[in-house]
Amino acid sequence: MRRTMLFFPGNSPNMLLNAGYLGSDSLILDLEDAVAITEKDSARILVRNAITGLEYEKEIIVRINPVGTPFWEKDLETIIPVKPHMIMPTKVGTAEDVRIVSAKIAEIEEACGMEAGSTKLIPLIETALGIENAYQIATADSRVCALFLGGEDLTADLRCKRTKEGKEIFYARTRIVMAARAAGIDVYDTPWTDVEDFDGLVKDAEFAKSLGFTGKSSISPRHIPYINKVFSPTEEEIQYAQDVIDCIERAKAEGKGVVSLRGKMIDAPIVARAVQTLEAARQIKGGK
Amino acid sequence: MIINKAYAGTLESSDIFVEIEPADEGAGIELKLTSAVYKQFGPQIEEVILETLKANGIEDAKVTANDRGAVDCTIRARVEVAALRAKGEV
Repeated sequence: MRRTMLFFPGNSPNMLLNAGYLGSDSLILDLEDAVAITEKDSARILVRNAITGLEYEKEIIVRINPVGTPFWEKDLETIIPVKPHMIMPTKVGTAEDVRIVSAKIAEIEEACGMEAGSTKLIPLIETALGIENAYQIATADSRVCALFLGGEDLTADLRCKRTKEGKEIFYARTRIVMAARAAGIDVYDTPWTDVEDFDGLVKDAEFAKSLGFTGKSSISPRHIPYINKVFSPTEEEIQYAQDVIDCIERAKAEGKGVVSLRGKMIDAPIVARAVQTLEAARQIKGGK
Repeated sequence: MIINKAYAGTLESSDIFVEIEPADEGAGIELKLTSAVYKQFGPQIEEVILETLKANGIEDAKVTANDRGAVDCTIRARVEVAALRAKGEV
């Protein structure tokens, strides 16, 4: 269950030490923008040791430097052998970018005797080219299990201002959700960058959820409870979902083809949403 | 083989600053450790530093370490990076 993904700078031992205790469902250990160019070597070795030495009980995602930089291959060579759950390639603009990263990971997996394809990918789409190619990126390789929207770099690429209202990324948000859902994978929203504005955060997260995002990333631990709440089903939603399933079960037992609940017909999409809601509730309760 | 003086890490909380300088062949490791928790953990920290130097092929060096409460995996990371930089391998 991934409602929240929290970013941690890869070269900060203090933050890495506390990363597993801040309530997010996944941890993104960052080797890219949060690391000074002179400390890339330090960060990748520190992150490698943190993964093996700190025994995180959370899902681990490592954000690597973009293809085309002198760093991404060393990032993978250092990190893949310690088996992070996912790699987040950055500035992904085309399906070919994904295949290049996947091929390099395959080489390392084979050399280390790891199961082929065991390392998953969550491409970070943060350019206009990436948005336009979102479906191709989502379906480029079987490792891709989710897409991730990066709003800050995207608005720089669009040469527009990043605002709290977010109108400038509306098209990108809907496009990336459509691409990910068409490919049958999850999709995660860009962080809310004002660490003090919790009302704005909740509105932004609720809007992202209404568009179809699976969850939202964050750069602040203080944002995590708010985002988790938005992306968790409410007690009412869980009860309704259970009522839908009970209703369907009763109808099956009675041989009825069409059923209704609280005056509304229950059809396949409603049952599918009920199943999703109950599964989400089960995972949250189980802490996974 | 160390070819230059190099360092890694910071003086921030939970980190360790490690500096490695060349020494004469056969001189061994000369380690100076400063740590707020030296009384409780000094020998263990020194052991981790010496093990990591050995694992990275450093036999002769002057090593200065300023510990700010780093855990073992951080100490190993910083010593390894300082060693790689001293050997010119990064």
